[in-house]
Amino acid sequence: MANSANISEFSGIWVFCEQREGKLMSTDIELISEGRKLADERGTELVGLLLGGAGVGSAAKEMGGYGADKMIVVEDEKLAVYTTDAYTKVICDVITDKKPEVFLIGASNIGRDLGPRVAARLHTGLCADCAHLDINMELYTEFLREASTVDVDSVKFDMEDTNMKMTRPAFGGHMMATIICPRFRPCMATVRPGVLKKAAFDQAKADACRIETVNAVLSEDDLRTKVLEVVKETRKMVDLIGAEVIVAVGNGISKDPQKGIAAANALAEAFGGGVVGASRAVTDAGWLTADHQVGQTGKTVRPKIYVALGISGAIQHRAGMQDSELIIAVNTNEDAPIFEAADYGLVGDLFEIAPLMTEAVKSAKAAG
Amino acid sequence: MILSREHELMRKNFRNFAETEFTTEIQEELDRNGGFNWEVWEKIARYGFAGTKIPVEYGGQGGDYLAYALMNEEFSRVCPVLAIYANTPNSLGGGPLLACGNEEQLKKYLTPAAKGEKHIVFALTEPGAGSDPGSMTTKATPDGDYYILNGRKCFISGAPIADYAIVYARTNPALRGAKGISMFIVDMHLEGVSCGKPEPKMGISGYPTSDIVFDNVRVHKDDLLGPLDRGYAVAMKTLDGGRLGVAAQSLGIAQGALEEAVSYAKERKQFGKPISYNQGVSFMLADMATEIEAARNLIYSAAQAKDSDAKDASIQCSMAKYYASEMANRVCGKAIQIHGGYGFIKEYKVERLYRDARVMTLYEGTSQVQQIVISRSLLK
Amino acid sequence: MRIYVCVKQVPDTSGKVAVNENGTLDRASMATIINPDDMSAMEAALRIKDETGCQVTAVTMGPPPAEGMLRELIAMGADDGVLISGREFGGSDTFATSQIVAGALSHLGVGEEDIIFCGRQAIDGDTAQVGPQIAEKLNLPQVTYAAAIEKDGKVLKVRRLLEDGYMTVEVQTPCLITCVKELNEPRYMTVKGILECYKKPVAVLDFEALKDEPLIDLDTIGLKGSPTNIFRSFTPPQKGAGQMLAGSPQEMVNELAGQLAAKHVI
Repeated sequence: MANSANISEFSGIWVFCEQREGKLMSTDIELISEGRKLADERGTELVGLLLGGAGVGSAAKEMGGYGADKMIVVEDEKLAVYTTDAYTKVICDVITDKKPEVFLIGASNIGRDLGPRVAARLHTGLCADCAHLDINMELYTEFLREASTVDVDSVKFDMEDTNMKMTRPAFGGHMMATIICPRFRPCMATVRPGVLKKAAFDQAKADACRIETVNAVLSEDDLRTKVLEVVKETRKMVDLIGAEVIVAVGNGISKDPQKGIAAANALAEAFGGGVVGASRAVTDAGWLTADHQVGQTGKTVRPKIYVALGISGAIQHRAGMQDSELIIAVNTNEDAPIFEAADYGLVGDLFEIAPLMTEAVKSAKAAG
Repeated sequence: MILSREHELMRKNFRNFAETEFTTEIQEELDRNGGFNWEVWEKIARYGFAGTKIPVEYGGQGGDYLAYALMNEEFSRVCPVLAIYANTPNSLGGGPLLACGNEEQLKKYLTPAAKGEKHIVFALTEPGAGSDPGSMTTKATPDGDYYILNGRKCFISGAPIADYAIVYARTNPALRGAKGISMFIVDMHLEGVSCGKPEPKMGISGYPTSDIVFDNVRVHKDDLLGPLDRGYAVAMKTLDGGRLGVAAQSLGIAQGALEEAVSYAKERKQFGKPISYNQGVSFMLADMATEIEAARNLIYSAAQAKDSDAKDASIQCSMAKYYASEMANRVCGKAIQIHGGYGFIKEYKVERLYRDARVMTLYEGTSQVQQIVISRSLLK
Repeated sequence: MRIYVCVKQVPDTSGKVAVNENGTLDRASMATIINPDDMSAMEAALRIKDETGCQVTAVTMGPPPAEGMLRELIAMGADDGVLISGREFGGSDTFATSQIVAGALSHLGVGEEDIIFCGRQAIDGDTAQVGPQIAEKLNLPQVTYAAAIEKDGKVLKVRRLLEDGYMTVEVQTPCLITCVKELNEPRYMTVKGILECYKKPVAVLDFEALKDEPLIDLDTIGLKGSPTNIFRSFTPPQKGAGQMLAGSPQEMVNELAGQLAAKHVI
């Protein structure tokens, strides 16, 4: 069962390209861009794997524009809508046949359903929710130099190591851990949406992208779940990841949650197209829905401006926003940890300060 | 005192429930507007807290006095008035029924109270008869299969929401003092029963207190509770358990106030450092914590005495109530002192705890009544 | 019919987190809680029990003190508990853990009408992998991210959350479902439940009991056998301290606006 002896037979960096209703996801571009980097480090090809209903392959070449050398497309009506069983079977069949060295999946609600199932069936390791990937040891040590407190020069690393180094937050963001999967292949990772950078699109590369079609072998018996309906929520979901300005509220609004949220909304609007985020305390209390949540269990964001109103800044929250370009924090407690992450700290009551900020931003914009 | 693993788990559960369900919004709303929070009540009922100390065969949870004390302590630590919600059916409401109800009465009245389906309250005090039962004027006159009740009870906690009341009434005018008094279970929906307007109170706002007026109320003789003419002795027995409950409420209030004071003392900076750095403040905290721990041990010990039917259990309950209620008032006073001017502002929880603590030395036997009980046992 | 609920005792990462010299979590010094999503899984099982009277078994893998958590779940309403515990299991990654748990469940027997509930993910690892991997090892269908469950005999209709909506999935028992906190509001323990919880059975399955289970590959369990290993763990550097603004609220806001304007941020 164990395939530890055959590591050398595996080659190529693969990315699972998730689609919903036939449309590729924004995460796919992030993963393909990152996969390109890894394939170059390893001197191998980058392959995207796209499953879907008839015609899904028409969008495949686009992935070439972000770096895919080849797209493997599996079209079958049984793959139009995601089901665990069908996708797992088809993917495991293709991987068993073609033996990639690395297989990346976006950590969406679908990717996190699929990834573990595939890894278990292939008898290999899977690292969840990765935030950073390296193969080349020099690049990895450079990363450590920048992103850790490790004294890199005093550590003896095996510079020939070719395992993919998968780095993820651990223990609610208090630590980072780099995981490897030395004995089994493919080495699998799910990757956090919104964390990796997208490459620029290149039409020439898109045109050069090869397409390989593979037929699915699926019988009705393979499918044990039935999707009765797929519903897009009419409720407007907050696009935290794409937002340039986020005004987030924390437990500090508890005195009058509605008023606090309104103040945050006003400030976000004043900045122009900002959106309202929240700490876990706020979404747990039900004052805002879960799609507003920033942090370890919520979304990772890196807007140009992040304003934290009445957020104490527990490490789980900071894990999701500390890479923002500019952080402004308002809190009544001058010792609140949020101020450690902030570029500008204002000690005071958000109910008083937020409206003043709104006015100041408005008049600065009017003047500018 | 080292608790059993079951009691430790109970404490954890009571605390978790109180911290989760007794939200600041609910507490402040009740304090401001009074009334009664039916949603919290529904949850207290759903999880059986209304029957913590009532036997399982009567719809309760089968817990002991220590479980009951822990519930009162942990609930009061977060919100004293909501602790009273869960306390009433376990103590003054259910107590007299458990002490002398017949099987039919237990099934009919105690079971729904334990499950939180019905509210039972305790109606002893009268405008002219507080600590002195001899002055009781409410009377019950036999009339065939019925007794006719006439009179007025006052300061009855929970009266406006009650379905049933345990009512004390004079059945034998020839007997003097505490004798000649009987207990009745009165359906509050009977003709002739009415409640006064809820009293505006200094504290524990959110559990309505009012008069009950009985105007020729016909109570069936099946609803006579316990022996005719000797009901007051039973009332006194019931008060033991209730006193333990008040003691535990006092303990919880004090604990809550201490925690508020500690966190404030660490946060509040004056002259460049937290005020907790001043011995004037930190020694107050030390005194508060020590008195709280002393009360806790006294209360748990009294609870265990009740659970093992110890001879001196009744005196221990009086001591626990006397000490803990006075202690809670001292501790809340100090907690406010540590808060300085902020402690006088409603925004700070200690302000409310201070007001809630005040009734603890008054209801279910004033401190002076406890002193009488304790000293009589020494001097008899 | 029996429902297994897989639960994990986790350090309460919402409080202070203690880290050992070697970069691992100092679990001993931290308060532990029942993983929040697992509480939703337990509630889902108990609601089915309320309706059908089925047996609910809480299953966990962990050190011996995890028994306390099983007692709490029994006090909530579970009928019994199973503690999978052994030094050989320590340090297992998700792949290794799921093999052991699947082996244990298979040892206990998963019948035609049975359901396995798991939490979506544990707050100490946030991987969400063990549930699906148990399902794979047991060759059962799975539905993850369950936010609503309707049961009609052997058929379950599950509302599965997606980022941009949801899908409704139909599945038959035996199956595995992972639950999110939107699914329900977990119940509290009762005094009666607490008084009974230490009298109900908690079985311990150790290495000896499970080593011959065909689902468990002894080469891939424990710290050494797990397919994934920690290559390095580290703490991120603290960002340089920002600037604390001084003065009245209006002065602070004016200063801020001035600086932002100077940087062309606004």
